[in-house]
Amino acid sequence: MSGVVIVGAGQAAAQAALSLRDGGYQAPVTLVGEESEQPYQRPPLSKAYMLGKADEAALRVRQPDLYAAQDIRVVTGERVEAIDRASRRVSLACGGELAYDHLILATGARNRALPVRGADLDGVFMLRTLEDARRLRARLTTARRAVVVGAGFIGLEFAAVAAKSGCAVEVIEAAERVMARAVSPFMSVFFAQAHRDMGVVFHFAEGVLAITGADGEAAEVHTTSGRRVAADLVVVGIGVIPNVELAEAAGLATGNGICTDADLLTSDPSISAIGDCASSPSPFADGPVRIESVQNATDQARAVARRLCGRPAPYGAVPWFWSDQGAHKLQIAGLGRPDDETLVLGDPSTGRFSVCRFHRGRLACVESVNRAADHMAMRKLLQSGGTPSMEVVATPGFDLKAFVAALPTAA
Amino acid sequence: MPRITYIQPDGTEQCVEVADGVSVMHAALASGVSGILAECGGAASCATCHVYVDAAFSERVGPCGEDEDAMLDCTASARTSLSRLSCQIEMSDELDGLIVHLPEAQA
Repeated sequence: MSGVVIVGAGQAAAQAALSLRDGGYQAPVTLVGEESEQPYQRPPLSKAYMLGKADEAALRVRQPDLYAAQDIRVVTGERVEAIDRASRRVSLACGGELAYDHLILATGARNRALPVRGADLDGVFMLRTLEDARRLRARLTTARRAVVVGAGFIGLEFAAVAAKSGCAVEVIEAAERVMARAVSPFMSVFFAQAHRDMGVVFHFAEGVLAITGADGEAAEVHTTSGRRVAADLVVVGIGVIPNVELAEAAGLATGNGICTDADLLTSDPSISAIGDCASSPSPFADGPVRIESVQNATDQARAVARRLCGRPAPYGAVPWFWSDQGAHKLQIAGLGRPDDETLVLGDPSTGRFSVCRFHRGRLACVESVNRAADHMAMRKLLQSGGTPSMEVVATPGFDLKAFVAALPTAA
Repeated sequence: MPRITYIQPDGTEQCVEVADGVSVMHAALASGVSGILAECGGAASCATCHVYVDAAFSERVGPCGEDEDAMLDCTASARTSLSRLSCQIEMSDELDGLIVHLPEAQA
């Protein structure tokens, strides 16, 4: 038995390996990661780690010696160059080869680069890896004026940390609102104000034309409206590109990610794809979706491990997300769509409320701020397949948790 | 340094010493105690670091917060009056000797 080779050593990859062993898988399991780090969690990099509240040891998915104890081989600082599907082998940059019975692609995504002059100056950062975070955290201790390009999760989480550490923070966003791809317009308005209350200044519907510097250090960000924003620190968070090249070169179907079926198999039945790199059907979406989240990474990893241990079941886990920004905990259950109808539970002025997003009359997504009860109730509701009507949710005093508790299917 | 004893469902015990202010969740991960996943990294967002605080310590550990309370409604193993999210329990000398029991499943 050649066993399972996992390309990648992020959270999806580590979980797949651990779940294979949990499920009784006996053959070799090998992870191959490009970074020099043992598997670690990325979400805290822009939150607890950046704030100095978590150290590097706290980021590890597991203590490094635990993999060896479970007979899981973790190869770091190594790159898989090619997949030979006919002979079921991958070739490594070091010149070696690994044979597999099954290959799991957990190649993740990489940050989209800012394609402007000056993006390579000192003081311009992206945030994805632990090494990025180390350098950025060190820089933050002396920075005075931070410019964040992109008002997505990473940009806003960093903006909140930078504001807290005493930086003047300006955010430049090409869209008209924050987190435009991820949350409802109502939620965008709330979070933009929450950040303004922390001292953050926004420039919406503006792009970056260039970054100029002095002595190789970033000093000014020039925007499409002619604005010049002084900065001694620039953080670029303008989305990611899924790492599909390896799959593509091997002739696997790719699109916005590596295409899989409902069992997370690629167009080669000996190869699965999971996590940020995978584009997969979901019972909660209208077509294939590629989801960048811990939940998606770990649930897909467990689903593939179950299949390889002889207990296959189509992947259909409830999607959920969280983001901590300043004092606000945003939790999202389900997937929203641009044309959703929305209702609000609770009073936003108290900083505790939820936005209910309806799609074709069904409650499809709940975005909660500091209201974990609504979030958890929605996760149970999506699992059960039930839904309240808009009329019921609009009833004064409606309580999502009580509604879900009363459903016969959601015990 | 305060000590924590983790007891697995099969009765296996592990005792670890931790620095003040370290959470029961981080202490477990740092010491290789199995049975705690902590997928959200300690943000009280995933309910995969569920533990049962030993009854002898429940009063000293104190009640859970409101958000934690809601998260505990979705644990993989049944919630009891002793259920807590271990990421929300910070160790201190006052909790020296703390005993927590790990659940059968976290996800």
